[in-house]
Amino acid sequence: MNLFNRFRRGSAPVARERLQILLAHERNARSAPDLLDTLREEILEVIGRHVSFEPDKVLIKVDRGKCVSTLAVDIEIPNGLRPEGVAPPLGKLVPDQVCNEGAPVIQQGAA
Amino acid sequence: MSDEKSARVLVVTSGKGGVGKTTSTAALGAALADQGDKVVVIDFDVGLRNLDLVLGAERRVVFDLINVIHGVAKLPQALIRDKRLENLYLLPASQTRDKEALTEDGVAKVIAELRTKFDWIVCDSPAGIERGATLAMRHADAAIIVTNPEVSSVRDSDRIIGLLDSKTEKAERGERVDKHLLINRYHPWRAARGEMLSIDDVLEILSIPLLGIIPESEEVLRASNLGSPVTINAASSAPARAYFDATRRLKGEEIPMQIPSESRGLLNKLFGRKAA
Repeated sequence: MNLFNRFRRGSAPVARERLQILLAHERNARSAPDLLDTLREEILEVIGRHVSFEPDKVLIKVDRGKCVSTLAVDIEIPNGLRPEGVAPPLGKLVPDQVCNEGAPVIQQGAA
Repeated sequence: MSDEKSARVLVVTSGKGGVGKTTSTAALGAALADQGDKVVVIDFDVGLRNLDLVLGAERRVVFDLINVIHGVAKLPQALIRDKRLENLYLLPASQTRDKEALTEDGVAKVIAELRTKFDWIVCDSPAGIERGATLAMRHADAAIIVTNPEVSSVRDSDRIIGLLDSKTEKAERGERVDKHLLINRYHPWRAARGEMLSIDDVLEILSIPLLGIIPESEEVLRASNLGSPVTINAASSAPARAYFDATRRLKGEEIPMQIPSESRGLLNKLFGRKAA
């Protein structure tokens, strides 16, 4: 019945509705890469001030949900100190001697 | 070429192929030249040039855009002056298969040189979103987006609008490329019956200002067959009048938009008879 009505009124309204939904989606997707690039750049800059890491060991992921979206930043940090000659960070990474796969310990204050 | 000019650069673009970029470039270029402005139309469709054919200059091509970029020929040697309109010039594309031949620096130099000699530079973009299309829009001050009232054309136009807002020189300087929508191959009676997207539908979806509505017409096909833009070949036809109005709007004139309708005009009566 609905289909019959559509044919009678012409297919233009359907075309219009499909385009509106599709383009809303595509415009969103188009702006996303730019946002991700900016986020990546700025997040890495801040973290890079305090710890050193390999730029290609960084994973940034955005999950779009209906009500909530999540942004996950996964950075692999080697268990070592910053190279010398760089201003000391607030918290300092100390190599985990016991377990290589464990999370690095952050010690406050000077060693 | 005596007095120094400062051209406005237009790109005629669409994303989708076959919507009427080349016929529109020819028709608009000829209309602007007919009004006394000095115009050059440039074909950016390297490997698949056709603007020469639509303008009836296909047998006069000696040098092309790529030759100029590579220093094989000087710009004035490659420019072909129209035989009907002394103010209209064509810079043809090359038929080479090497798309890399079109370089960003080369195009920038050619456009810079043409700017001082013409009032309008009209760049006919190839279809797609690759190198040719992005280089055609690169230096544009304004863009004419040719759209057919049909889903795939509207979708691709939206994509191109996105590129105009990010990949052009103006966009990179934080400025905006003026965007104008030219709806081509419009069938008024189909839109009236709800069989085709209406002007309002397309405008609402793309939300850029309307430059003109070119009705579907056999005069456009006839003009291409003869190698003479519709604005020269059938200057009083409905599509030609729509192109002339579009050029006046480009120059900032306020002209009421003629929406071809079922009830008015000889053209529509003819179409109506055919449809019956």
